[in-house]
Amino acid sequence: MTALAEKTGFLKHWDRFNGKRFSPYFEPLRQSARARFQDLPFPTARTEDWRFTSVTGLLGVPFEAPQSLRVDRQALPTLPPGDANCLVFVNGAFSGALSNIGNVPAGIKLGSLAQAGAETAERLKAVMGLASFQDQVFTALNTSLFDDGAYIIVEEGRVVPRPIELWYLSSPGQKNLLANPRTLIALGKNSQATIVERFLPADPLSALGQAGAYFTNAVTEIVLGERSILDHYKIQKEDTNAYHIAVTQVAQGAASSFSTHYFAMGGGLVRNDVRVRFDGEHSEATVNGLYLAGDTQHIDNFTVIDHAKANCASHELYKGILSDQAHGVFNGKIFVRPDAQKTDAKQTNKVLLLSDGATINTKPQLEIFADDVKCTHGATVGQLDDEQIFYLRTRGIDEKAARGLLTYAFANDVIGRVKINALREELEQKIIHL
Amino acid sequence: MLTIQNLHARVEDKEILRGVNLQLNAGEVHAIMGPNGSGKSTLAGVLAGRNAFEVTEGQVFYNGKDLLDLDPEERAREGVFLAFQYPVEIPGVTNMYFLRAALNAIRKHRGQDELDGAKFLKLVKEKLNVLHIADDLLKRPVNEGFSGGEKKRNEIFQMAVLDPRLCILDETDSGLDIDALRIVADGVNSLRRKDRAILVITHYQRLLEYIVPDKVHVLYDGRIVKSGGKELALELEAKGYDWIKEQAA
Repeated sequence: MTALAEKTGFLKHWDRFNGKRFSPYFEPLRQSARARFQDLPFPTARTEDWRFTSVTGLLGVPFEAPQSLRVDRQALPTLPPGDANCLVFVNGAFSGALSNIGNVPAGIKLGSLAQAGAETAERLKAVMGLASFQDQVFTALNTSLFDDGAYIIVEEGRVVPRPIELWYLSSPGQKNLLANPRTLIALGKNSQATIVERFLPADPLSALGQAGAYFTNAVTEIVLGERSILDHYKIQKEDTNAYHIAVTQVAQGAASSFSTHYFAMGGGLVRNDVRVRFDGEHSEATVNGLYLAGDTQHIDNFTVIDHAKANCASHELYKGILSDQAHGVFNGKIFVRPDAQKTDAKQTNKVLLLSDGATINTKPQLEIFADDVKCTHGATVGQLDDEQIFYLRTRGIDEKAARGLLTYAFANDVIGRVKINALREELEQKIIHL
Repeated sequence: MLTIQNLHARVEDKEILRGVNLQLNAGEVHAIMGPNGSGKSTLAGVLAGRNAFEVTEGQVFYNGKDLLDLDPEERAREGVFLAFQYPVEIPGVTNMYFLRAALNAIRKHRGQDELDGAKFLKLVKEKLNVLHIADDLLKRPVNEGFSGGEKKRNEIFQMAVLDPRLCILDETDSGLDIDALRIVADGVNSLRRKDRAILVITHYQRLLEYIVPDKVHVLYDGRIVKSGGKELALELEAKGYDWIKEQAA
């Protein structure tokens, strides 16, 4: 057993499990990522982009690769209804038995990366590697070790009528497991899709805290073709003793529209990057997030919007609700490149602190190199309003319910924007019973 | 219904109420008038359970119960309603959701079944009609972006839906133009009942032209210094508060 901090030893240790699942088409990329991973340092307290999040504890954990998969279907969370396309992964590996891909419309390809053939691999070339492993050590780790994940390809002009669900379940048993799920999404010109990624524990064992720690090191790469539209949702409800480090890397073609909503509700140490780059003009990106943390949870949100082209708009709204000793981080970078005139960028982070012990570090970071742009940012940190609580109480609503209602109202700003009715209702229920 | 005995209350170190006595019976409408700073809003706040006010002496009985012993929500469930001078905005919560939660909390306390969406909607639509309020109020967040008149009308609408026994109107007339005042007053008058008491707190006599009280009390310097019939309000309007101050001094 070798800790993550011992990079070379860790990779060697890993090789013992290696070689069965992954597709040979991605092998060259894996090899170059391996080389890079060994050279790249892990972030420390002096690494600017990781200032408020320490990975020291994580690096000391001797993680193993998941080997056997024994998942009790009865214990699984309720999967979506039978007619929804759903790919299920357990400890990073595709589970055909749990998945439902029987009803895929024409012009849409989806499946397990490990089973991807030459043609699919070729089509995914423009997507795979979009998240740079040159300077992101955890992306390098994922690219070095990943052996499975999901791909979704929507061909030109196709519209996916119903949301596609991707479920990443973790079932560590008694060991400390590392999984490196990879998700590749390619939308052709004029296509449209809705995709939901979920990360959660697979069984009640881990929820009871009787299991080993697990580490989900996820990379999601998305390319939107010209005039394509993608609604993306990520629901992160990992176990409270889990590590979750993830990157969603997006490249948008001209006149495309991308929206993502990230709901962070679980995990012990969580870092989630959303990185969007405009590769064409007249595109729009909506990057929203809601993070809920209690106990000693640490949730770090890192967003980068790269206005590399002119005439694009980005709207960013992150809201956090922190209680107990929880620690939240929001870091929002916006780059406006010299040619990106007529950029319209708006960033907002609002945080509700429900206890004296909760902490938030919020940091807007705007780097603007064009002169004809509109860029705004704002951050607020506050508590529940006593006058509002009193008002509700004078109408017969008890204090606990009043606090719940006001917390819900705060979160509803983000939840209310979810376009999938069932998902929105599920999230509303989660908040109202907070 | 409401008995206030020698009530003293303070905010931080400042004593505001200095021995208020009042008896309000079911079916009656009383007005409390007084100049700015006389303690009118403090009295309303103490009765509703606002914790910024500390009661240092005296007692308040509501239907025989020690009112001061109850939390604000318990008072509301027992039938006490305060119409706020400055109704609070609650973005993100619709009036519909808010009012249904409030009504069901009160109904539960009374041993009644909670109302489902359809029954609730039927009830509130009746009340909206009476108060000439458009249905879209229900979908709007509580008081958010409302004009002064809309906020006050919303208070009376909530009062109509929650069906309280003791209504306290804290300067409900402030900030209303004459049309809005008339609508609010009509709404209050439609709620006058034998088993309900209404306490109207106001600086001006104007509201009392429309909501005609059974008794008028003058609050000055934390005490009720004069009580009388509805004609006392007219006298105050004509002569101002100075003669009261002189009498009290």
